[in-house]
Amino acid sequence: MLARDDNSPLKTTPLHALHVSSGGKMVPFAGYDMPVQFASGVLREHLHTREAAGLFDVSHMGQIALRPKSGKLEDAALALERLVPQDILSVASGRQRYAQFTNEAGGILDDLMVANFGSHLFLVVNAACKAGDEAHLRAGLSETCVIEPLPERALLALQGPKAESVLARLCAEAHSMRFMDAGPRRVDGIDCFVSRSGYTGEDGFEISVPAEQAERLAKTLLANSDVLPIGLGARDSLRLEAGLCLYGHDIDTATTPVEGALEWSIQKSRRKGGVRAGGFPGADRILGQFEQSAPRRRVGLRPEGRAPVREGAPLFADASSSEQIGAVTSGGFGPSLNAPLAMGYLPTPQAATGGTVYAELRGQRLPLRVAAMPFVANTYKR
Amino acid sequence: MTTLYTSDHEWLRIEGDVATIGVTDYAQSQLGDVVFVELPKVGRSLKKAEAAAVVESVKAASDVYAPISGEVLEVNDALADEPALVNSDAAGKAWFFKIKIADKSELGGLMDEAAYKQHTA
Repeated sequence: MLARDDNSPLKTTPLHALHVSSGGKMVPFAGYDMPVQFASGVLREHLHTREAAGLFDVSHMGQIALRPKSGKLEDAALALERLVPQDILSVASGRQRYAQFTNEAGGILDDLMVANFGSHLFLVVNAACKAGDEAHLRAGLSETCVIEPLPERALLALQGPKAESVLARLCAEAHSMRFMDAGPRRVDGIDCFVSRSGYTGEDGFEISVPAEQAERLAKTLLANSDVLPIGLGARDSLRLEAGLCLYGHDIDTATTPVEGALEWSIQKSRRKGGVRAGGFPGADRILGQFEQSAPRRRVGLRPEGRAPVREGAPLFADASSSEQIGAVTSGGFGPSLNAPLAMGYLPTPQAATGGTVYAELRGQRLPLRVAAMPFVANTYKR
Repeated sequence: MTTLYTSDHEWLRIEGDVATIGVTDYAQSQLGDVVFVELPKVGRSLKKAEAAAVVESVKAASDVYAPISGEVLEVNDALADEPALVNSDAAGKAWFFKIKIADKSELGGLMDEAAYKQHTA
């Protein structure tokens, strides 16, 4: 989370009035006044999303259209490949892919979703990074692309096992979409962009909707008894159980995609020996880490007992050594896991699943097991 | 038996020279769903305003401070197995610990129920 200029008023999303009237407990987040929870509370909101469906307002995130000046989508795809280590050219029309903007040192400037909408690319970036991302795109791609921020659109996420049946009442095509399908769809008569994706580990959808229609669509979705409004608190515990990174915490400008255990997101075509190997900021360092392994790695951690171990807790190799070997970058309590859980960085030799490390918590050393992620199995419809 | 309150949203039930201490219903509503409570060790000598217990919700950890000085006589072990008692019965079954009051004059700075109601209004 980036520090906020305290003199600047908080921004609001098109659903702000609905949040307040629905009993949302509002907090500042990434410069926006956002609901951290509603009346049912973080625990019930979390469990309801895993059992039925939850509706999240993620309109604070940045939506950007990247239009090729030549009219040829591959020109936009190849241009974007200069800024990300992912294969964008192979993202088929109607599909979406997870990516990262990297810097010259191989660190991560932001993580994002890139969808191919046929005539242009559609990007969703983090709220706290969106101004920087837009500037970065303009500096890098203005010759090839028109960079068009879409602040007049809201973004809703409908997540959970009932998401498909709920959305299908308003958009019959919801049934036929697969995980990471993305494109324009009509939802309840409104021209939206719908992707089958999310940030909870559950099956679900993200729906980009014109701001002036957002409240009506949200109310229609919430009128379904399977759907509860969900705040940022449960959004965080859900993504943590799913093993998903929170930018600025689990990954940042000082962590590479390999250190962040995101190698899976870098396709073979961009690695050494690939058809379009390298050619993105920090390629030497990042691709070198595929061969020599990175000095440290993001891991899942399961604290013994019930006490949550939170962000910033120092990690040690054993119960007594004074030399800190790593730190927790996200941690809390997993309502579905019914146990505490965390993510953090460890030196690669200590990062193997099954090992034990120790966190310092209120002056005591607490053992944590290095655990595979996701902590809770995902339910994507592939 | 008198019940007193602190501005940090703790209650103290005074019986003779023993105080039973917990957090108020207002506090639990602000904390959200409690998932873990760490209590002081029996026998520990607490000084007024010292961090005595920790209560954790899904989202965050909060310290519970000793509202007065004294030795810990007993802790509520039920909270280890059922931390959600703090949400369901903050003023009753979810008491945190009992201390032997070291200095009764420290009670003078605490609020009665009417004053606490005004404090949270």
